Amino acid sequence: MVRSGLVAALLVSAAACSPASATSDARTIEIDIHYSRFDPAVIDVRRGETVRFVIANTDPIDHEFIVGDEAVQDAHELGTESYHPPRPGEVTVPSGETVETTYRFEGGNLIFGCHLPGHYAYGMRGLAVVGL
Amino acid sequence: MRPLRLLVAIASAFLVLLVAAPAWACGGLVNSNGSVTLVRTTTMAAYHQGIEHYVTSFQFAGGEGEFGSIIPLPGVPTRVIRGGDWTLQRLVQETQAQRTAALAFDAGAEAAPAAAKVILKTEIDALDIVVLEGGGTAVGTWAREHGFFLPPDAPEVLDFYAERSPIFMTVRFDADRAAEQGLAEGDGTPVHVVIPTTNPWVPLRILGLGAAADAPVEAGVYLLTDVEPAMLPVPVEPGIAAKLPPEVRPGLILQQSSSASTSLLADLRSDTGMKWLPSDEMWLTYLRLDARAGDLDYDLAIDASGAGQPSPVAAGLEPVPAPDPVRFDGFGAALWTAVGILVVLGVAGLFERRRSGRPAV
Repeated sequence: MVRSGLVAALLVSAAACSPASATSDARTIEIDIHYSRFDPAVIDVRRGETVRFVIANTDPIDHEFIVGDEAVQDAHELGTESYHPPRPGEVTVPSGETVETTYRFEGGNLIFGCHLPGHYAYGMRGLAVVGL
Repeated sequence: MRPLRLLVAIASAFLVLLVAAPAWACGGLVNSNGSVTLVRTTTMAAYHQGIEHYVTSFQFAGGEGEFGSIIPLPGVPTRVIRGGDWTLQRLVQETQAQRTAALAFDAGAEAAPAAAKVILKTEIDALDIVVLEGGGTAVGTWAREHGFFLPPDAPEVLDFYAERSPIFMTVRFDADRAAEQGLAEGDGTPVHVVIPTTNPWVPLRILGLGAAADAPVEAGVYLLTDVEPAMLPVPVEPGIAAKLPPEVRPGLILQQSSSASTSLLADLRSDTGMKWLPSDEMWLTYLRLDARAGDLDYDLAIDASGAGQPSPVAAGLEPVPAPDPVRFDGFGAALWTAVGILVVLGVAGLFERRRSGRPAV
């Protein structure tokens, strides 16, 4: 009984790790940040597609890359996190550095933005067009 | 974000930056008093014998925050000293009856070092002043690493200036010294920057840094020059500005342009550090800036030589010319050297063939 429970736990653990294999199959999209703008600012993805974002920040200031719908963006705009741990689709992009994050797109179009003070209002946002 | 402890309203008003914010991330962390506080500014840029004297005042506003600023300079200053106590006020008084400064640089700046280089450090009262040389990224990085908060338009604006002059001055209040010196809200610290340069120049675009596109930017700029200056953009006459619809901000308005009175010059000369000013034959120009931050994409270029040719590059209206490709004269010298060597070798070969009895081909 204990053994079967352990096997089940291992299976659950293996399932939890499955995003890693999905990551390796993910399409890579490179995003440059320059003068507090995303380039490209519009990307096309497919519903159900997992995308590995490689984000390079050439500015002398830090930025963020947050993928999500308007509710997610609003939450971050009012949020209190000083630093974003590498959660899927949410990452801090320090000045002069290149970071990665992987995100699986479901549902409709999403926004990617930066919510450091004043950045989103300045126009630091992009659109992920999610097609079938 | 920790409570703001010291607020500095920048009377000269250039780039106002929040200093020493410990943790920036999601929006809403900026205190309601804002990461950028724009106030009406007054500056004087006087130009005489190839030296620009730039006088401005940094005003202590008390409160709970630390603010500083970055000011683009037209060249490397030889001195940064405490300004006189009444220079700016006397200029305001001189032009007040009729109703209502300049910073300059040498265009065509040399390549900036990859990392910002500190070329001058000084303290004036409670102000810590550092003059830096570096490109926009280098200066921005230095500022960030030294606790300045740069708004999102800072990378582009710093590059805009660094392409023409890679010299910047950072200014910040030391909260402890301000307390020791008993600075009260509203107390100003005048700063006088002495800059050898070929023509004066006033950075205006940076006044809108960090501001929303619709935010008004207002400033008073006093010029004292040996002759009547030519300016670019050409300021509008007050009469024309008055006829514009209220929602239209005119930009630069020429409020006064006349010979400086001897009484004004005498009063200014009696202030600390102002003995260099001639006692007569100076021209006083007073400009008022009233612009939308989003429209403020230019600086004030000045030709104080009398030639009447202010630089569109210095005004930010034209890009900095690309550096010369391989110069023809340099290439020509190498070419002629090579041709010369070939001719010598050819003559030598001809000689050798004649000596050996073979006909020259």
